[in-house]
Amino acid sequence: MAYSEKVIDHYENPRNVGTLDKEDESVGTGLVGAPACGDVMRLQIKVNDDGVIQDAKFKTFGCGSAIASSSLATEWLKGKTVDEADTIKNSMIAEELNLPPVKIHCSVLAEDAIKSAIADFRAKQAAKREK
Amino acid sequence: MSEKTMALKFPIYMDYHATTPVDPRVIEAMLPYFNAKFGNAASRSHSYGWTAEEAVSIARERVAALIGAKNPKEIVFTSGATESDNLAIKGVAEFYKDKGNHIITTKIEHKAVLDTCKRLEKEGYEVTYLDVGADGLVDVDAVKRAITDKTILVSVMLANNEVGTVQPIAEIGKVTRERGILLHSDAVQGIGKVPFDVEAFNVDLASITAHKMYGPKGVGALYVRRSKPRVRLTAQMDGGGHEFGMRSGTLNVPGIVGFGAAAEIMRTEGADEVKRVQKLRDRLLTTLEKNLDAIQVNGHREKRLPHNLNVSFSFVEGEALLMAIKDVACSSGSACTSASLEPSYVLHSMGIGDDLAHSSIRFGLGRWTTEEEVDYVADLVTKKVQKLRDMSPLYEMHKEGIDLNSVQWAAH
Repeated sequence: MAYSEKVIDHYENPRNVGTLDKEDESVGTGLVGAPACGDVMRLQIKVNDDGVIQDAKFKTFGCGSAIASSSLATEWLKGKTVDEADTIKNSMIAEELNLPPVKIHCSVLAEDAIKSAIADFRAKQAAKREK
Repeated sequence: MSEKTMALKFPIYMDYHATTPVDPRVIEAMLPYFNAKFGNAASRSHSYGWTAEEAVSIARERVAALIGAKNPKEIVFTSGATESDNLAIKGVAEFYKDKGNHIITTKIEHKAVLDTCKRLEKEGYEVTYLDVGADGLVDVDAVKRAITDKTILVSVMLANNEVGTVQPIAEIGKVTRERGILLHSDAVQGIGKVPFDVEAFNVDLASITAHKMYGPKGVGALYVRRSKPRVRLTAQMDGGGHEFGMRSGTLNVPGIVGFGAAAEIMRTEGADEVKRVQKLRDRLLTTLEKNLDAIQVNGHREKRLPHNLNVSFSFVEGEALLMAIKDVACSSGSACTSASLEPSYVLHSMGIGDDLAHSSIRFGLGRWTTEEEVDYVADLVTKKVQKLRDMSPLYEMHKEGIDLNSVQWAAH
């Protein structure tokens, strides 16, 4: 299968691989996908007091397109507010990486991972306010 | 010595199950039959035809000798193993339909066998697809149990093209011979690599192809037993009645000559080659096992093709790994099914979980594989697996002691 140059670049030089402390209240973690499907993404955001994502990390089990989708997602997340991040769509990722139709699910998974990390962060904030 | 100093050529070819390069000696043998000796082997009225016919009959003898066939006329040349499988199964089913309508095969056969059986099912035949064990082995007792008074054919491959497991064909042959049922074996991957003798194994039909044994593509053969029992087939290709009426069509004389030359080389040199290649395969596995944790060999450890290594690298996805080791030409399954994203049906049938099936790579070594290549590949795979595992959330969880099977995954 032919990959776009951007996929190859992200795959060979993935940005922001790593782990943030998932117990930290300012960190939101999204873990999506399933090993049996061949894709699992874990995406984490660290949000500062102004609601801006100051750091984002990922680890992905999956094909080159899945790795590239999550790497790109972390790049886009950094510097955005949580609300801005919530507007990232899978189609934007697919377009940026020129994903072929059979790989669109990788970008869908990346969007799910973003949404899931944001939801986790917001749940933590709500729990904090209730305390 | 010269092997060591030779520069590596990229990508390193480790996909000898998919196909093999044609041996230069085979090309040499074939060349005159494209022009100087271009005759039609069916032309009986002049020397061009006789020369071609003579060459075909020598090739027929050589192919027969390789598989232990007593009579060269038991070799029917075809366009390849897919055609041979189709001819064997459909030909027997059609000819013996008054005797019965039941066929027994296995779930891990090549698609040429499985899809042929599926078509016959649509036409009213009944097919039993036997399960295999976790090591890919077919249980001989399961074959016995599946036989009914309607069974006309058992079809079991000699060795699996993905995981390399070698099937107990001789034992199955004892059963089928005793019960008076025909035995077909798709022997494509095992010929010249593991023992195979149609007489000793009681095989009645066998599919083979030239391009997996350093011969040209586009030529194969079906062994059709002529005595005890004499196997009859309904031809699937009608025409001039070539190949004893079983396969019409002008013979591919250069291809057949090449097939014969490849068979002769395999018969005389195969044993030494197997020893050398197996040593290299074992070296590859030993190095990978020494360097990496959580890897699993798929298929039977001992009863396997000497040039095959199928390994699952847990927590790493196969396609990503293939992309990382693009200096190596290998595959994550068989070439015939790698166009799909589904994990291998062979691994699935062996009960290998989809997660491990997604992490499997097949290495196929062969005549021109060198020790230097093996060492390079082992080193490259080690580094890339480590890199991908550093990126894998599953490996991190595994290291933290989390049982991945206990996690509620959201399937998508």
